Amino acid sequence: MTPVLDIEGLSKGFTLHHLGNQIEAFDNISFKVAAGEFVLLKGANGAGKSTLLRTLYRSYLPRAGVIRFHSVHGPIDLARAADIDIAHLRRTEIGFVTQFLQARPRVSAEAIVAEPLRLHGVPADEALARARAALSTFGVKQDLWKAYPTTFSGGEQQKVNLARALILPQKLLLLDEPTASLDANARKALVSRLAELKAAGTALIGVFHHPGDVEILIDRVVDLTPEITQSEDRMDVDI
Amino acid sequence: MTLTLDAPRIVTTHPLLQVRNVSKSYGSVKALRDVSALAYPGEVLGIVGESGSGKSTLLRMMNLEETPNTGSYTLDLPDVSGNLFDLDRFARRMLCATRIGIVYQNPHLGLLMKHSSSGNVAERLLVAGERSFAVLRAKATAALEASEFPLDRLDAPPIELSGGMQQRVQLAKAIALEPALLLLDEPTTGLDVSVQALVLDTLKRLQQERRITMVIVSHDLGVIKTLADRVMVMRGGAVVEAGLADQIFQDPQHAYTQQLVHAKL
Repeated sequence: MTPVLDIEGLSKGFTLHHLGNQIEAFDNISFKVAAGEFVLLKGANGAGKSTLLRTLYRSYLPRAGVIRFHSVHGPIDLARAADIDIAHLRRTEIGFVTQFLQARPRVSAEAIVAEPLRLHGVPADEALARARAALSTFGVKQDLWKAYPTTFSGGEQQKVNLARALILPQKLLLLDEPTASLDANARKALVSRLAELKAAGTALIGVFHHPGDVEILIDRVVDLTPEITQSEDRMDVDI
Repeated sequence: MTLTLDAPRIVTTHPLLQVRNVSKSYGSVKALRDVSALAYPGEVLGIVGESGSGKSTLLRMMNLEETPNTGSYTLDLPDVSGNLFDLDRFARRMLCATRIGIVYQNPHLGLLMKHSSSGNVAERLLVAGERSFAVLRAKATAALEASEFPLDRLDAPPIELSGGMQQRVQLAKAIALEPALLLLDEPTTGLDVSVQALVLDTLKRLQQERRITMVIVSHDLGVIKTLADRVMVMRGGAVVEAGLADQIFQDPQHAYTQQLVHAKL
């Protein structure tokens, strides 16, 4: 299998200067993810699942360890890479889907969804057509396509968010509870889009409040409960 | 784990702007202490810090209005080479007029308040050698339109305009010659919140459409968060921390940055 990510001895903690103390998030985590693999992160609230995703995306700086990402440019340690390289990889190879849409004032839903394609050099007409198809797949009604999502309900915003986050196939996709606040049809659309990306070779690492939603996609589970931190076979896991 | 300015780069090669080891004193006051900064083509570098942190001094150096006691400044552009601080006054003026645009917090610094708005923009084109009235008028109008300035007010002098509109005239002047580098010094400070959002929106759109490299200085973290890809935090004339914008806001490392981020409303 083609390796995408090798994580070795990864640790993260936060130093709170005003309290003069440290909070440990997770310690010495190691696992690998290959192309087309779907890894579920498991653990109680506060076990560090979201923190791990943000550390892989470099929104958080790790305390120690190696995050070896097999980029089209060659292997690169995301823990130490220059900020500008991380910014480039985020535009081209690494995606992060959160529960929240970062809507900007006066930007329409279709423009928000088309933006990653435009930044990738896709011509405006084609980007817009693909954005509309994606909005339609996630069940956003056509009369909302030109509206500003700042005023949408939480569920509708999340559909726009997913359409945008998943429109450009990427090598590595990090998912932080993307099914939260979605209705059944949108959940189904999400699972089918994730299956498409997985079949096309995207490596996926996700946190799901209800892992049953994505059960058919899961290849492996990584449990972040302290002292367990290691990969388990999916058959042992109760989901 | 801390990352340095010179962490090995694999993907991106040449920065457009490199300021290296710049120090500047005014008498016994040290305004800048060994400051270095890089900006890559098409990115937005944000510089935050409280008043007196040296952030505006650094920006004025990037616009060649000030010369440091030590340090170098290079721009990776055709026909531009060497340490730009070594250029004479005339060469500096030509370089700034043609390759660098700037928007000041105070429009009086960037505009002739009693000349027409289109004339203010055209002045920049004149410096670059344009002489045809029709071309001047057309190019000035296009730049004002891109800055979302109302075209029925082309001949109004800035003194008759609102603060938000004055900033749009400054922006039009700054982008009229399609500069490689756009410098923004507190461009929305002092504007109403709603007007501020509109000006930021225009900047964001211009940046995405034209991929202009921008350096923006602000004490307003919201402004920096909206625009910047990478952020430098300054205090007492020195850089205390630099990183990706989301990392600086979500996982600040330095005690001062934590204080700054936690103080944001």
